[in-house]
Amino acid sequence: MKLIVLMKRVPDLVEDLEVDGSGRALDAETLKLTTNEFDEHALEEALLLKEATGGELTVVALDGEEVDKMLFTAMAKGADRALKITGAGAVGSNLALARLFVRALEGRELDLVLTGVQAADDRDGQLGPLVAALLDLPCVEVVTGVSPGEGSVTLHKEYSGGVVAEFEVDLPAVLGIQAARQAPRYAPVSKVRQVQESATLETIESGEGGAAAEGGFEIVQMTPPETGEGAQMLEGVDELVAVLESKGVL
Amino acid sequence: MAGDVLVVAEHLGGKLADVTFELLGRGRELADGLGGELAAALVGGGEGLAAELGAADLVVTVDGEGLGEFNPESHARALEAVVESVGPRAVLVGYTAMGMDLASTLAVRTGRAHAAFCVGVELEGGRLRAVSQLYGGKMNVTTDLGDGPCVLSFLAGSAPAEAGRKEGAPRVEPLAPPPAPGRVRFKRLIEPEAGDVDITTQEVLVAVGRGIGGKDDIEVAEELAEALGGAVAASRPLIDAGWLPKTRQVGKSGLKVKPKLYLALGISGAPEHVEGMKSSATIVAINTDKHAPIFGFAHYGMVADLFDVCEELTEIVQDRKG
Repeated sequence: MKLIVLMKRVPDLVEDLEVDGSGRALDAETLKLTTNEFDEHALEEALLLKEATGGELTVVALDGEEVDKMLFTAMAKGADRALKITGAGAVGSNLALARLFVRALEGRELDLVLTGVQAADDRDGQLGPLVAALLDLPCVEVVTGVSPGEGSVTLHKEYSGGVVAEFEVDLPAVLGIQAARQAPRYAPVSKVRQVQESATLETIESGEGGAAAEGGFEIVQMTPPETGEGAQMLEGVDELVAVLESKGVL
Repeated sequence: MAGDVLVVAEHLGGKLADVTFELLGRGRELADGLGGELAAALVGGGEGLAAELGAADLVVTVDGEGLGEFNPESHARALEAVVESVGPRAVLVGYTAMGMDLASTLAVRTGRAHAAFCVGVELEGGRLRAVSQLYGGKMNVTTDLGDGPCVLSFLAGSAPAEAGRKEGAPRVEPLAPPPAPGRVRFKRLIEPEAGDVDITTQEVLVAVGRGIGGKDDIEVAEELAEALGGAVAASRPLIDAGWLPKTRQVGKSGLKVKPKLYLALGISGAPEHVEGMKSSATIVAINTDKHAPIFGFAHYGMVADLFDVCEELTEIVQDRKG
């Protein structure tokens, strides 16, 4: 099975996010990026499928801060190849990013494209269905657990309340992974270093499809949400105990 | 029509989702502003459900083989046919497990602008501006979608459902199902396994998030929950990590809870989580990040280390109960 995993870097939500002087973008100076957590699950699910079917796994990402490390880490975990899209500059929308991914996949054999179900910066939709629509492939979002079949996969899609729907999907297809069957594996630093020294990343120039692929609509404002009244802040456990008493919990 | 608004009705097991009524309420306001009609697209679901969409002026139904149960491919194609038939300015979809299969696909296939994670929409001089809650609820981002057709996917719970629950007699127009490629086939629905604690019936929930650190650390929350006579719940990352069973998950892909007390420990308050717990009678949030979005809607908050608070509070509660 030819497996493709699309990965992207997103703002690290553990850090404070600041708006820059324009009032329309995150402050690049203080912004810290991390790999989209759902993409880590997509990679894990793809690794499990590769192990089960003896397939070939290629990880694809747009060039950027610490992207090499992300790709080498994916290879240390078991990906066969890594492909980096260069020269695109800043990509302001997922649709533009999806077009870049589609261009990078042109002429490549693929059975299953996996990516994270969503990312914290999905302003104009999710990467999986965008890529699928551009390639006219079937797509299922919110997937947990994929079993390979003959020319198809059987998968679980999560609804709310713990209800799960089972679908059979013909290949090739695109899946938005919510959670892999097991927690994403860990690649020891020594292994990543070793891969970094022996493996090479393939690169593909984005060409005309780069910044020109910008199809996104303009952000006119970015502000932390109004919190209304907000929480009444408590100073210590004594005050918390008093609240619990007043609410009849204690 | 140019100013029409189309709401995508979502249903499972013969029941319309709350988000459908939220969208109908929003859709009515928007359609009034645009001077158009409010239409609803009902794919599968039958006549009975159409009658519940009384807030709409028009319900376009598409039914047929393979449409009875939600199917990411055939439902998207059917919706596309409805959109082509109605030609609305805006299509409103829930940012839900089902809506996520529809909105982006529809936007690409019909060449519409799309804003996801929406919590609001404003009309300014004929232009639509969508407000998306991005970065785990940490920023509201307003996008100018211009004066062309668009798709807006709204977070569930972003508007009151009451506004869309109205008696009425909309015109019902059936539309023939378009051919679907048949590449996605529905097999079955799997109901959640019973057996574990039912967190939807607990009066007290001690909910843990990423801030808890590790699997073994959940024990401190377990002890506090036991002392308070409640149960431990969690946000999605802990479930995905396999630290707690799915039955304990609160949020969009988990359960909706409304206990007397929801004690959120180390939960930042991403919109997907908030959706599942915001109706709780009293929400107390404890987080080391004073900017955590959860402090925006919790009733009480404390910037503190959750382990310190847990230990001290557990001791106090145990002492009181002897």
